[in-house]
Amino acid sequence: MAILHTINKSPFDKGSLDTCVRLASKGSAVLFIEDGVYGAMKGTAKSDVVEGAKGDLSFYVLGPDLKARGINEDKLIDGVEVVDYNGFVKLAVDNDKVQAWL
Amino acid sequence: MSDIKKFMYVNRKAPYGTIYAWESLEVVLIGAAFEQDVSMAFIDDGVYQLVKGQNTKELGIKNFSPTYTALGDYDVKKIYVEKESLEARGLTVDDLMPLKWEDENEDYAEKDSIQVLPAKELAGLLDDADVLLSF
Amino acid sequence: MKLSIQVNEGPYNHEASNSALNFARAALEAGHEIFRVFFYHDGVNNGTRYTTPPQDDRNIIQSWSDLAKEHNLDLVVCVAAAQRRGIVDEGEQQRNGKDGNNIADGFRISGLGQLIEAGIQSERLVVFGD
Repeated sequence: MAILHTINKSPFDKGSLDTCVRLASKGSAVLFIEDGVYGAMKGTAKSDVVEGAKGDLSFYVLGPDLKARGINEDKLIDGVEVVDYNGFVKLAVDNDKVQAWL
Repeated sequence: MSDIKKFMYVNRKAPYGTIYAWESLEVVLIGAAFEQDVSMAFIDDGVYQLVKGQNTKELGIKNFSPTYTALGDYDVKKIYVEKESLEARGLTVDDLMPLKWEDENEDYAEKDSIQVLPAKELAGLLDDADVLLSF
Repeated sequence: MKLSIQVNEGPYNHEASNSALNFARAALEAGHEIFRVFFYHDGVNNGTRYTTPPQDDRNIIQSWSDLAKEHNLDLVVCVAAAQRRGIVDEGEQQRNGKDGNNIADGFRISGLGQLIEAGIQSERLVVFGD
């Protein structure tokens, strides 16, 4: 029963990343979209949240939202996989349901 | 013969500052007619929606908090409040409205609808749901 | 797979509607069926035909209308939320004594039950909001 969790707000704006990680079960997938993509960047005050959860959760980030914000893939936390909208759809289909942490 | 799905309504926003709390409650009430298996989760600022003693007169906004007390009549009796969210906000279950439902299998005995659960347990309930709605 | 989408925000203030549109397109391209797109809260503002966005940027509402036409999508605007925000079709115009209506092509106004039904009938419900 794996959930695809989406996070659409910056971790510096809202606590959605913290809440998601607190409530996501092992084996779930987390996709950063919209302003949420800032949560996928290394070297920030919130990077530890993803680093600490990488063992239990699979992290993804939406490429078009990264590019829009001028974020190069080399700025991402290791292990966060970049997907496009086709990848987003595949994640939604491959997991059992989608939880949007707005 | 339609399958019954487990609907989980995820509430994370405080009341009145935005309309999400009220409009999501409206979905729950309408949804009751569809006789699905309904649960509500109150997480982060969502826990504030259940705080008792709301008085909106001076704001001129409708006080919709009494609607939560009617949820039991709509057969919505699984109301989960995240323990970590409550504690982070300095609240206990005593600060919340005492939501009840009547168990027709036990001579209509009144029971508490609210269950305060730690995140790990609530995570399991999210996993069990079939449909997750967020507002 | 049968998917439904919920859009909680209006066309431009938040990225939600744009994200939902892109997701819908990708899902359709991959051969999935979109059972319904349900617009709630300020999402109902995606259903007005009176926007005139600048020509050098996207016309979100037109894009939804076009996608609906091309793929026979069911775009539903919640009646209660629409009444609050002034999105009106002919039926609502007459029922509520308004002097006009503004519903965009391809959208219809209906009750919250349509969202519940989408949850029941679809295999996935994807929510876009704030």
